[in-house]
Parts: sequence; C-alpha cells; structure tokens
Amino acid sequence: MSDNTKMDDGRRALVIATSVVGGAAVVGAAVPFLASLTPSERAKAAGAPVEADIGKLQPGEMMTVEWRGKPVWILRRTPEQLESLKKDTAALADPESKRSEQPAYIKGEARSLKPEYLVVIGICTHLGCSPGAKFQPGAESGLGSDWPGGFLCPCHGSTFDLAGRVFANKPAPDNLPVPPYMYLSDTKILIGEDSKGA
Amino acid sequence: MTSKSQELLNWIDARFPLTSLWKEHLSEYYAPKNFNFWYYFGSLALLVLVIQIVTGIFLVMHYKPDASLNSAGIPVAFASVEYIMRDVPGGWIIRYMHSTGASAFFIVVYLHMFRGLLYGSYRKPRELVWIFGSLIFLCLMAEAFMGYLLPWGQMSYWGAQVIVNLFSAIPLIGPDLSLWIRGDYVIGDATLNRFFAFHVIAVPLVLLGLVVAHVIALHEVGSLNPDGIEIKKKKDANGIPLDGIPFHPYYTVKDIVGVVVFLIFFAAVMFFAPDGGGYFLEANNFFPADPMKTPPHIAPVWYFTPFYSMLRAVTSDFLVVLQLFVGWIWVWALMRAPAIGKLIATVIAVLVIGGMFFIDAKFWGVVMMGAGVVVIAFLPWLDRSPVKSIRYKGALTKIAITIFVVVFAILGYLGVLPPSPARNLVAQICTVLYFLFFALMPIYSKLESTKPEPERVTWK
Repeated sequence: MSDNTKMDDGRRALVIATSVVGGAAVVGAAVPFLASLTPSERAKAAGAPVEADIGKLQPGEMMTVEWRGKPVWILRRTPEQLESLKKDTAALADPESKRSEQPAYIKGEARSLKPEYLVVIGICTHLGCSPGAKFQPGAESGLGSDWPGGFLCPCHGSTFDLAGRVFANKPAPDNLPVPPYMYLSDTKILIGEDSKGA
Repeated sequence: MTSKSQELLNWIDARFPLTSLWKEHLSEYYAPKNFNFWYYFGSLALLVLVIQIVTGIFLVMHYKPDASLNSAGIPVAFASVEYIMRDVPGGWIIRYMHSTGASAFFIVVYLHMFRGLLYGSYRKPRELVWIFGSLIFLCLMAEAFMGYLLPWGQMSYWGAQVIVNLFSAIPLIGPDLSLWIRGDYVIGDATLNRFFAFHVIAVPLVLLGLVVAHVIALHEVGSLNPDGIEIKKKKDANGIPLDGIPFHPYYTVKDIVGVVVFLIFFAAVMFFAPDGGGYFLEANNFFPADPMKTPPHIAPVWYFTPFYSMLRAVTSDFLVVLQLFVGWIWVWALMRAPAIGKLIATVIAVLVIGGMFFIDAKFWGVVMMGAGVVVIAFLPWLDRSPVKSIRYKGALTKIAITIFVVVFAILGYLGVLPPSPARNLVAQICTVLYFLFFALMPIYSKLESTKPEPERVTWK
C-alpha cells in the first residue's frame, strides 16, 4: 500500500468483521480443549461412600480409610484426650469450627457424632499434605511442653488438636474437614453419606 | 570451475540461505575476544538441552504414564521407571543422564544468569535477550516440576499436591482452578497423563522456540563481554569490530574445552553419585506414591528451594512487613514516576495492601514466590549505573551482589530443611533482603561512584 492511498473504509470494515468472526471461531474451538482438562464423568462418579468397621479399634488407636482418593481418619479418643479438647480453646484459630467445613449436624469441640470417635479427612487445609499423628502430649512430642496431643503437618508445620482443629498462627487457615458420615451400627460407619442426604 | 560439493552448496543456497545463516551466526558472528570462564555456561545450557531431549525421547519409549496399580500392587508408572532401571539394556544410564541433566541444567542456567548479573548483560540494548532468557527460566521450572511427577514416587506425588494446591489460594477462582489443573479431585491418573503431555511435548516446544528467539536477539545486538563495553563502536575498514573474533572457529573450539570439563563432572555424578547426595534424586521418591500418607519431611528438589523458602516465609504476621514494603514502593513511585506509572502503582498498591487484610497469607506466599522469579526480568530497568560491568561499578553494587548471593544460598538451604520458628525468621529476613536487592538497585547503582570504562576491551 503506497503512502498516498487512504485505506478504503469498506475494506477496513470487512477486515475488522473477518477478524472478529475468526476470533470468535478461535474462542469456540478452544472450548473443547479447555473442557477436556476438567474432571471426566468417570472421575466425578468415583465418589461412592465407603464402609468402615470400627469394632476392633482400641481407645487411643486410629485407622485410615480411603474415600474419594483421600485419607479419612477414624480416631477412638480416650477420656483424657477428650478432656484436652476443652483446655486448648484459646490457642485455636477456629475453636467453634464456624468457618471450617463440616456437616451441620457436627457440633461442639469434639466435632463428631459420638464424642469418642473422631472422623475427619486427613488432608491439611493449607496445601493438601496429610498430617502425621502426634498423640503424645507434653514435651516428649517435640512440640513444646504445652502440646495437648494432636496432628502435625510435615510440609509447613501446621498443628491440629485431637478434634482436627487448627492452632492459630499456623499456615493452615481452617480445621480439618469432617466428611458426611453416619453409623450403620455400633461398629460400622458409612463415610460419604448420611441419612440427611449428603 | 567448481567442485561437485561447491555445486551442491550453490544449488542449496539458491533455495535456502544455508551459507548466509552459517556466516551470520557462526563464521562471521563477531564475539568479543575477551570472553572469560563465565561465558561457557550459555553453550553448556544448549548442550544440556540436547542431552535432555535425546535421553527424554528414549525414556518415553519405555515409560508408562499410568497411575493404576499393577498385579503386584505397585503403580504402573513407578514400576515402568524401575523397569527402565533394571531390565531395559542401558536404561539405567539413560535415566541417570536425564535426572542428572535436570539438576545440571539448573546449575548451568543459574551460573549463566549470574554472569549476566555480573557484567550487565541485561542492559540496553539487550533487554529482549534478557526477557527471553527469563521466560526460558520460567519454562524450565515448569518443565522440571511436571517431569518430577512422572516417576510417581512419594515426593513426586506430594510435591505436586502442594504446588497444585497453591493455586487454590487464589480468591474466587482458586479451588476450581486447581481442580482444572489436576483434572480430578486428587492428584491422580488424569494429572499424571496431562503432566506427561506437557513435559514431553508442549513445554519443550515452547522452550525450543524461546531458545531460538534468545539466540537471534543476541546475535542481532551482539554479545557483551566482561568489560561491559560495546565492541561495535570501534570497527576496522571492513566494518568488523576491532575487538571481535569470529565465533567459529574461535569460540566453538573454546567451548569444546568447556564441554569436555563439564562432561567429566557430569559423568562423575552420573556414575558415582547419581542421586546427588539426595539432592538430585530424593530418597522418598524411591517409594511409590501413597495418597494416604505424606512422608515425614517433604521438600522440593534443590533448584526450587530458594523460591520455596520465600513461599514458606509468608505467614500472617509477616504480611505487615510486606504491606510496608509495598507502601514504600508506592510512595516512591508517586514522587518519581510519570503519571501513568503513578496510576499503575496506586492500583497495584491498593489491591495488594488492601488485599492483605482479606486474603489468606498462603495466597501472598504464592504471589511472593512468583514475584521472586518475575522480578529478575525487570533488571534492565532497575540498573541505572553509567557502566555495565561489575569491573567498573562501585562498592555498593559489589556489596549488594555479595549479599544477594549469600541470601539466595541461605534461602536455598532453608528450603530443603523442615520449618521451625527460628528458620522461618531467617527466611523472612532473607526474603526481604532478596527483594531489597532489586528495589534499591535504582538508588545504589546511580548513587555510587564508578570507574571509567576502557575504550577497548582488556584481557591478559
């Protein structure tokens, strides 16, 4: 195009229109590619509830079951461990679990249907590591003499008490989530479903 | 009278610019004659890139990106890496070349970047060379991160879990974004397969394109040198820089010496310490991935640890320091910057300082880590010194660079250790110093007295 000719307005309009239509086609073509990266129907369907037999669990013992690819802990708490939950309230970030994820029927400091059995998803709310058990209270735990017993996340040092409640000023913002669950019998728990229709 | 080979060359040159490309980039590319030790690392980076591509192609022939369990209860991906190590003839050496190559890549690239920092290789007119280089560094980090998931060991799994979950810290879109990246509610087969696709196809393609752009941009403006002066200012009657020598054969031959020495070290690691003392291949990664159990201590591979330390340093009580830091840069921009700069600085400052009251510290940790990488790309506009090379800069720059190197090393060291309150405090101090190196550069580089640059390059 030489200097003395002005761009024809009609042609310019056509160039713009072509570009817009072409751009829309590119956006449209991108949709299936971006959508293909979202969870597949199979992945979405793989959330079936799991049953756990807690009959053999002794006081102070913990078992892990897999639900939706995540570890779910079932901890049978001793009376002393339940007692410790009342004392550490001041040091917790969210003692009443107001902002934390748990079903509406989970209330109070024990965060469980039956106080004795804690059921939580063992995935740290910071960056998704699985915390380790540090049930031994006091200085032997290596977490200070006022450690009430609980869980320590190895990745960034978040600590949780024996109800999965996070201590304040730690990287994790929220308490460990409680999954929907129900008792099928005294020794059987169904995780992932509750009678209230999870 | 032309020979047969000359005829063939003429035939090609009439159809493809072979001879002119050879001349432009090798036999008539004039590089300064005073290149020193530090100038080996560019060509070495190219060598490692070739090693990684060649070994990678052969690894893909035996590797299987499959997270499902085989009949022995071991994930197929993990088992296929063990198969390469034990049953594929020569497989172990190819795999060790690739894993050693990953760490070697970062050693060479960090030294290559440090050379740029010392001699001002990023200064005008080489800004685009530097920006392409920064993008290569970013691509390399993505490539290394996704490649590390493929062996499907414990560190692969939990490292990816932590890094992908970083994205969930972004307000509003975060949780959906990390779900979209994973392709499942947990790191799983979908994640492994897409990381495999990115690691072997997508990122290498971008990387190769950027390397070509990096070299073309460099050859357009010409290489700088340890004196930081432009050799193109003094040319002979034929228009050839007086201090320039053809890249081929002079620097091709010099670089072969570097290649030989590098390969001696490379082979020593490969044969005698392929796990690099637990830093190149982490002990926990010899256990298959277990989604139920995080290893007691997880740390990224050494080349990520300086930036990982910055991420960990950001706790809720540290946010005040960051607010003050951003506020200070804002005030500074209001005093000095042009109108558009003032507007941009105000928008960013309000978003960041205000956002810190509402959004979790972990999000700002992610921002911090990203900023730590991205800030490097801004060096061309932060350095206001009248001279380019450290040889002629003043004491302030020398002190600043020394502190920067020490701080970077400390951050790297802390990143492999488990966290503790004391270490976290050190990491916070080092993080502040790291950013001060960049934030104060416009001041100290301008303030200090410099030595006069020579007219011609100096060499012994």
